[in-house]
Amino acid sequence: MKLLKSLAASASALAMLASAASAEISGGVVKIGVLTDLSATYSDIAGEGAAVAAQMAVDEFGGKVAGAPIEIVVADHQNKADIAANKAREWGDTEGVDAFAELVTTSVAMAVFEVAKQQNKLALVSGAASSPLTNDACIPTGLHWTYNTRALAVGTGSAIVKEGGDSWYFLTADYAFGEALQNDVSKVVEAAGGKVVGAAKHPFPASDFSSFILQAQASGAKIIGLANAGADTVNAIKAAHEFGVVAAGQKIAGLLVFLPNVKSIGQEVAQGLQMTVSFYWDMDDETRAWSQKFYEKTGKMPTGVQAGTYSSVLHYLKAIEATGSDDTDTVLAKMREMPVQDMFAKNGVLRTDGRMVHDMYLAEVKAPSESTGEWDILKILRTIPGEEAFGPLSESTCPTK
Amino acid sequence: MLTDLLGFPPQVLFGQLLLGLINGAFYAVLSLGLAVIFGLLNIVNFAHGALYMLGAFATLGLTKWLGIGYWGALIFAPIIVGIFGIVLERLLLRRLAGVDHLYGLLLTFGLALVIEGTFVKLFGSSGMPYSAPAELSGGVNLGFMFLPWYRGWVVVAALIACGATWFLFEKTKIGAYLRAGTENPRLLQAFGVNVPLLTTLAYGYGVALAAFAGVLAAPITQVNPLMGSNLIIVVFAVVVIGGMGSIMGAVVTGLAMGVIEGLTKVFWPEASSTVIFVVMAIVLVLRPAGLFGKTA
Repeated sequence: MKLLKSLAASASALAMLASAASAEISGGVVKIGVLTDLSATYSDIAGEGAAVAAQMAVDEFGGKVAGAPIEIVVADHQNKADIAANKAREWGDTEGVDAFAELVTTSVAMAVFEVAKQQNKLALVSGAASSPLTNDACIPTGLHWTYNTRALAVGTGSAIVKEGGDSWYFLTADYAFGEALQNDVSKVVEAAGGKVVGAAKHPFPASDFSSFILQAQASGAKIIGLANAGADTVNAIKAAHEFGVVAAGQKIAGLLVFLPNVKSIGQEVAQGLQMTVSFYWDMDDETRAWSQKFYEKTGKMPTGVQAGTYSSVLHYLKAIEATGSDDTDTVLAKMREMPVQDMFAKNGVLRTDGRMVHDMYLAEVKAPSESTGEWDILKILRTIPGEEAFGPLSESTCPTK
Repeated sequence: MLTDLLGFPPQVLFGQLLLGLINGAFYAVLSLGLAVIFGLLNIVNFAHGALYMLGAFATLGLTKWLGIGYWGALIFAPIIVGIFGIVLERLLLRRLAGVDHLYGLLLTFGLALVIEGTFVKLFGSSGMPYSAPAELSGGVNLGFMFLPWYRGWVVVAALIACGATWFLFEKTKIGAYLRAGTENPRLLQAFGVNVPLLTTLAYGYGVALAAFAGVLAAPITQVNPLMGSNLIIVVFAVVVIGGMGSIMGAVVTGLAMGVIEGLTKVFWPEASSTVIFVVMAIVLVLRPAGLFGKTA
């Protein structure tokens, strides 16, 4: 009897200890929903790799934060806003998901923002690029981590104008992202004294670019700016080479290009192409070590979107660890207070408009003769300080900043 | 005059007409394959886009693993994918003979998703490069535009394929059997013709045409698991406009739709992905059997 009593007492003491450890963790588990494109055009730049990257952040915590287990759930939104919104709502309402991560494609991010706002949950955007996400379309709990169209414009746009590329014609993907990118680059070009002579909006996705390339050629602009991404960018660049546009002296500016895209264009054709990146695997010992681990899991080197997903999830977990709570407002306050410090961002700052400000890089595709390996693709030309890339907070039009 | 009125210099218009014809060549070869399959099997082959993609991947694989270049792939890739099609027909599609069209549509649509999903898993969604053969690199300046030799070759090759198919169906004994099989398979069987074998071969041929288009496309777009899914819906619209099962209709409509789409890209680029469906809707209202179709 005595034995039984002491057993019961110690059991309840243990139970109390356990519940004290995760008293502030809702549902006793920290659940992060990675909502990404697993099957369509952006699945190489985000996709499964982003889920792996998120899991790597969890593994760094040993699978537990503030005494509670961490769980990652993954779903495919197929780049469709309605699917994404439904999944996010279901996760938040019935499965106790605490934060949404990755969210490639602007329309998806905006749809999930709506859900996150209603449910007061964090949306850690990595893949979507449009700058309105931290301007007119911002929400208090929406965090934009990896890059945005403004940073891409500042990096690639101004570098090209500086080299004399002062007249531009855009080929623009006909949806929110393409428009945001074209607007941001136009501003940079015009501010630097260049002019925009025209633009053609093409359907997203489009497989044949010959017609648009010919229109760009007829415009006589020095630079053909590609305000699109993924397969669209690849096909446009290939068509430009095929139709002799490049040989005739016009230059192509790929405004959002990722490592897998360079590989599918082929380095021979892509060499010399300048691009703005948030991350490259071969920058320092830390990035190399992390990327090597990623490579072992996926067989590919990470993209900026994947590395950014890792960084956003890691920072989120650090804030939970520091506060012992997964309450959205508490965690968000802590995330803003702590500098973002990991292999992706050095002294990154999370602003009140949701923008995570960190350094960006202007890079150039190496000639095949310069490359020493399959993934030795880029050389970094310049570091773009965070403030220059993303602009000051005063510039943000976010109403809740 | 007209071009001046519309505010576009004639050079731009000529260029776009030519490009439209090149894209139309793809539509023609793909819709031709669909027409052949529908004519004989009464199956709406939604796997056509995936099989077109397999043609491009076969080209890549032949070069990478067997050292067979573009010209060899032009022959072997359609054969390999055609055999794959024959296996599909024998194992799966055959079982749907005599049931509602909808089942064939669902099965082939499912097959397309499985094939494409497998390739995304294996090769990623970004695609891989494939260069045009050295003989066809470069191009010629036509005055109003620069025409890459390869694009010119695509039109020639597509027209040869269409012409050969027409000859096969209209002028040979096998073609006569095939046409008879479309009209009345039971009677044909009664005359001692092996109709099931005929259907299998017809499906294999239709699939081989899709793969042929895939080989032609490989150097133009990147070889990408999703390259077919972007194209297939448009090609279906082309077949509907031309009239299901009509060979001549598929070819002529394919080329015409390419041109209409090309012109839309100049005047109203945003609408270029929808214009073919607008034409389809109009045709369906005025001539439900399609421009070249016989009323069912």
